Amino acid sequence: MFRARHLLGIEHLSPQEILAVLDLADRYVDLNRRTVKQSDALAGMTQINMFFENSTRTQASFELAGKRLGADVMNMSVAQSSVKKGETLIDTAMTLNAMHPDLLVVRHGSSGAVNLLASKVNCAVLNAGDGRHEHPTQALLDALTIRRAKGRIQRLSIAICGDIAHSRVARSNLILLGKMENRIRLIAPPTLMPAGVGEFGCELFDDMCKGLEGVDVVMMLRLQRERMDGGFIPSEREYYHRYGLDAEKLAHAKPDAIVMHPGPMNRGVEIDGELADDINRSVIQEQVEMGVAVRMACMDLLARNLRADRGAKAAGVMA
Amino acid sequence: MLLSLHKGTAMTLFLENARIIDPEGDTVTTGNVIIDAGQIAAIGAASAPKGAQVIDCGGACLAPGIVDWGVKIGEPGERHKESFRSAGLAAAAGGVTTIIARPDTTPAIDTPEVLEFVTRRAAEASPVRIRHMAALTKGRDGREMTEIGFLLDAGAIAFTDAARVTTDAKVLSRALTYARSLGALVIGHPQEPGLSKGASATSGKFASLRGIPAVHPMAERIGLDRDLGLIEMTGARYHADQITTARSLPALERAKANGLDVTAGVSIHHLTLNEFDVGDYRTFFKLTPPLRSEDDRLAMIDAVASGLIDVIGSFHTPADEESKRLPFEDAASGAVGLQTLLPASLRLFHAGQLTLPQLFRALSLNPARRLGLPQGRMAEGAPADLVLFNPDTPFMLDRFTLASKSKNTPFDGARMEGKVLSTFVAGHQVYGAAS
Repeated sequence: MFRARHLLGIEHLSPQEILAVLDLADRYVDLNRRTVKQSDALAGMTQINMFFENSTRTQASFELAGKRLGADVMNMSVAQSSVKKGETLIDTAMTLNAMHPDLLVVRHGSSGAVNLLASKVNCAVLNAGDGRHEHPTQALLDALTIRRAKGRIQRLSIAICGDIAHSRVARSNLILLGKMENRIRLIAPPTLMPAGVGEFGCELFDDMCKGLEGVDVVMMLRLQRERMDGGFIPSEREYYHRYGLDAEKLAHAKPDAIVMHPGPMNRGVEIDGELADDINRSVIQEQVEMGVAVRMACMDLLARNLRADRGAKAAGVMA
Repeated sequence: MLLSLHKGTAMTLFLENARIIDPEGDTVTTGNVIIDAGQIAAIGAASAPKGAQVIDCGGACLAPGIVDWGVKIGEPGERHKESFRSAGLAAAAGGVTTIIARPDTTPAIDTPEVLEFVTRRAAEASPVRIRHMAALTKGRDGREMTEIGFLLDAGAIAFTDAARVTTDAKVLSRALTYARSLGALVIGHPQEPGLSKGASATSGKFASLRGIPAVHPMAERIGLDRDLGLIEMTGARYHADQITTARSLPALERAKANGLDVTAGVSIHHLTLNEFDVGDYRTFFKLTPPLRSEDDRLAMIDAVASGLIDVIGSFHTPADEESKRLPFEDAASGAVGLQTLLPASLRLFHAGQLTLPQLFRALSLNPARRLGLPQGRMAEGAPADLVLFNPDTPFMLDRFTLASKSKNTPFDGARMEGKVLSTFVAGHQVYGAAS
């Protein structure tokens, strides 16, 4: 069912492949809740995490996922590596490739950098976020969280709010939720709404209260100040006033609507701190839990394809 | 096979049975052409003069050689990317008989001394003619105009800061005013640099999906509007290097109708490719300005057909592998084009969008005319700069067969039609395809 060699983006996945990941991830959720959280799905395999952008949460999640599946996990901290000495991305990739890793988890600040890297190595590559392009495991873990909270991942009304222009999370979610036939509403100040996004078949709002009217799911995004070159919004307090999620604005959504956030949160900028901690509405902690399970599922599926691929090649050599 | 440089006096040649393309007369006729003393001596003669070397064209097309306006050559500074020799060889193989070179070298061509150096180097090394544009401001910094008078005397054919926009309107207006008094032609790059800063794609659905920083096409119109305002103010002669979006066309049309001395060009890539060709971050398709929508591409073809856009060029920009094998945002911008300009242009002919005389009007006649060169015409007395080609020969482009030192072509692996058989410069054959 899951045929991909790499996981570079949601764009390349079919709805069946998405469901295959979610179904397997559900089983890993159960495993992760046991005391002995061990599987041998990746036994003997080597996983390298290459994070060209700083990350604590995602890197920890991938590291834990790999270790629970029995892989040898290495974290390459780019701050101490040859990348700082002027080595190009491809040279770094080729060097690592020569060490025969089986899974390469990559985060990079430029859109498309992970695609470029994947074309040069012969192991499975997982995109852990590239520029403002895609962050597929985040979209998959969001889908799993929604499915477990709402019982389905189809025919829901879902609002994505905030800094959409700079967000790879928004792009991956937009594609995934669209593929699964949901109604998507994008809510953002016009300066943070990417061009041409209306053509993706979603509704656009710059008034948050109208946009949240009757939705099942509210996905908040982090205001990505590090990607902004100034002047997208007048001030954080005005942004919070107009686009920060608080109880008053959330009252426009369905009474059982859930609140999501990919983290890390800027409390008081895009979300009210109390609301974020409200266990009746917020599923932000569940998202983190689902993250490990989804990443285990993705790596397991890719490793299966990698083994099948290598097996086929070996059979070809013998024949 | 490449033949020797054109030294000494040329032989008398009799080119028989050619489809003669005359962009001035807008005709295609079958006949013979006599070349003597480096010039076209007669068109339509019945028989060869005594002692002439007879070349049977076998019904292939004979057109004025291409005048490619806006070519980047790596000398001085980046000879590993392109030298006068390699650019000249690529030009000869592509039917380009005159290269109009850009001054965005390292250092910039902004003094008569540098200009004299590159002029001498070019004459020694290149089988085709090379003329140089000079920088409009010192160091292309946009602060102080260059010695426009001295540079004209030293042979500068026009003045431009290439893709760097002179943001200070006062500096530009003074340079334009000064250039006007000398009759110098100034070439602008219409773009609002504040809007296009950091962008490497055209804004829209595709760029948003790929997450590439993008610029709205209006940035080009705003840049053009400003330049045209300054032209109206100063009365200078102006050429917009590349017009690539439909939004710029009404402004250009109005300026021409109002009698401003304005012309415009477009790159062959913007006539044959669109934004979707970038696909999965293919950096050979990263250009300046970025590739546009399909609607824009079609509008540009119409504008060339109507004559609103005067010139088609390759905007040949060599880039080495290292500068292209990077994430899209970080990769160098530009593509080589000297050798693919003709076959790519012939796509427009084969699609029925432009006739052969229309094509060579934009490739040869108009650029030569605008730059005050005698080339580009199929007429008695004109320089015998000619290209003989078969427009129908199909081939698959392999970028490693290109003569350029840099192989960054967006047409790698593309199916193309049109093969150059021979290229003549001043009556000398500088390229002949191996039979």
